[in-house]
Amino acid sequence: MSLVFYISSFIAILSTIMVITRYQPIHALLYLVVSFLALAVTFLSLGAPFAAALQVIVYAGAIVVLFIFVVMMLNLGKQTAQQEKEWLQLRAWLGPSILSLVLLAEMAVLLLQDDPTGMPAAVVTPKQVSLSLYGEYIIAVELVGFLLMTGIVGAAHIGKHKKKSLHRFLQTYPNLN
Amino acid sequence: MTVMQHIWIVLGVLFVFLNIAAGLIWVERRLLALWQDRLGPNRAGPLGLFIVLADTLKLFFKEDWIPPFADKWVFILAPAIVVASVLMGLAIIPFAPGIVVADLNVGLMFFLAMSSLGVYSIVLGGWASNNKYSLLGALRGASQMIAYEVFMGLSLMGVVMLSKSFNLGDIVAAQKDMWFIVTQPVGFVIFFIAGLAETHRLPFDIPEAESELIAGFHSEYSGMKFGMFFIGEYLGISLISAMTVTLFFGGWLGPAFLPPVVWFFLKTFFFIGIFILMRASLPRPRYDQLMGYGWKLLLPLVLLNLLVTGAIALWLKS
Amino acid sequence: MISHLRTMWLVFRHLFMKKATIQYPEEKVPLYPRWRGRIVLTKDPDGGERCVGCYLCAAACPVDCIALQATENEEGRRYPEFFRINFSRCIFCGYCEEACPTYAIQLIPDFEMAEYKRQDLVYEKEDLLINSEGKYPGYNFYNVAGLDAGVKEKGKGKDEETPVDIKSLLP
Repeated sequence: MSLVFYISSFIAILSTIMVITRYQPIHALLYLVVSFLALAVTFLSLGAPFAAALQVIVYAGAIVVLFIFVVMMLNLGKQTAQQEKEWLQLRAWLGPSILSLVLLAEMAVLLLQDDPTGMPAAVVTPKQVSLSLYGEYIIAVELVGFLLMTGIVGAAHIGKHKKKSLHRFLQTYPNLN
Repeated sequence: MTVMQHIWIVLGVLFVFLNIAAGLIWVERRLLALWQDRLGPNRAGPLGLFIVLADTLKLFFKEDWIPPFADKWVFILAPAIVVASVLMGLAIIPFAPGIVVADLNVGLMFFLAMSSLGVYSIVLGGWASNNKYSLLGALRGASQMIAYEVFMGLSLMGVVMLSKSFNLGDIVAAQKDMWFIVTQPVGFVIFFIAGLAETHRLPFDIPEAESELIAGFHSEYSGMKFGMFFIGEYLGISLISAMTVTLFFGGWLGPAFLPPVVWFFLKTFFFIGIFILMRASLPRPRYDQLMGYGWKLLLPLVLLNLLVTGAIALWLKS
Repeated sequence: MISHLRTMWLVFRHLFMKKATIQYPEEKVPLYPRWRGRIVLTKDPDGGERCVGCYLCAAACPVDCIALQATENEEGRRYPEFFRINFSRCIFCGYCEEACPTYAIQLIPDFEMAEYKRQDLVYEKEDLLINSEGKYPGYNFYNVAGLDAGVKEKGKGKDEETPVDIKSLLP
């Protein structure tokens, strides 16, 4: 199982690097999907199939689709790719990459320790997940619910139709919308 | 189960479902014709069955054209995604006791995950074609499928509550006394409607609505790439039908005079027939009607269904 | 929802209804006698050509697909030297049939005249002439015409008065 873990995490890292370095936004998002899928496999290899499935459903299946949706609407052309190319300079990526290298070093140290604490063998079943969600972390779940509700109310408010000012020719059929 | 047995099951499922998908070309055309007072293709071979062969050969020998303005790699990738995601979804379906490709304990979630990945074929295909009709189709497809995925997942949670498992084998076993269609009729209806929207079949074929968007997201596709979308659609129908049977109609369960696999496929073919009947009879809704119907009617309904199911389950337990 | 189910049920019932399809090559399409199909040239009951080469059909034809050249035999009977219909232009409007004073040109219920080459659709007189009287059996133009063309003598026709003897003074 640890081989699967290493392969998938390598793919995740590689595809994330590709996300950053692509100029064409859609290609970057495609690599982001691959990265999420690799992350899901990583979860699976760590014994969390429920989290893996949710990772695919929520992130790969819904959120990135929305990203692509927005990028498609923006109708980005070759000029944007050129612009991206100009933005991707040494001083832009140096800082984040140093910080992530530090993280990588930390992870390497942790993994190379004699007594690795990670890699639990036990599989976490959906039942356990839900029990801990609705038992231990009930307040967090409720708070997240509030947050999402705020989002929904906000979206409904923004999406609500303003008072219509119809041309007088169109006012014959008030129910026609 | 030995490795050899496992490989045989995988190959068998692949063989059976790819053949069903191909055979559906004929089934759909014949049934549509019969429902429209015609006869349909009946010339090539017995009952016109060789139309499948003729269609496939035609698709293989057509020019496989990639438009110069398209994004080449994404254009090629898109049709592969639809077939791959649907075939992955077929992996968790139990056809009979013990005959299942992957007996996952989160099988239902896996199915939802794979059906949600299917969106990419439409979105990427439509975007990579670099054509305004394709793009419109892709936009519609993306919003429709994301919306209906929500109801699909929520409508299945009632089943999960009653069977207390995400494993499809357990879900079928939990229906030994009573099929879930009896206890979860609302869940079934919403799942079936969401399945229609998810496979973008008529009447919900808004992403490819040929009378307004030419062919929507696959306007620019030809040859076998178009064939992949075609096969993917038929595989999607088979997948949704098989899932409906597994979740609400007792899967392989049935009177003992027929083997379980036969029962499973009989029920599946019944639902495939319903899919085709819906195509023959129902008109396509407008895009905003579809979205409004989903968010304003199906979402409250499915949440209510969930609430009532949970309450009754708790009441029965105490 | 109920109306949708009702629609589906109504459509489903069509499975058992009579089909509208005609299995064409084996099962022929029912055509009516006045159906306007292939154009033919008919013959008199005694076997002579009805066409007198009056050009009225060619004049009536809206797409100019009829071409003919009239000539006369030694008995004074007019007939077309050649008669050519270009069926790749013909629209089967039937104006030629209406214009024809001798019932010679007729449209018959037959449409199976597809060809691979366009040139094959140009029908010559021998292709058009059929050994039949068509829709008007027993009709012979020269029986009612005041002309001696070998069919009957002058003045012997139906409802025809004997010709005035211009050399006689008797009334």
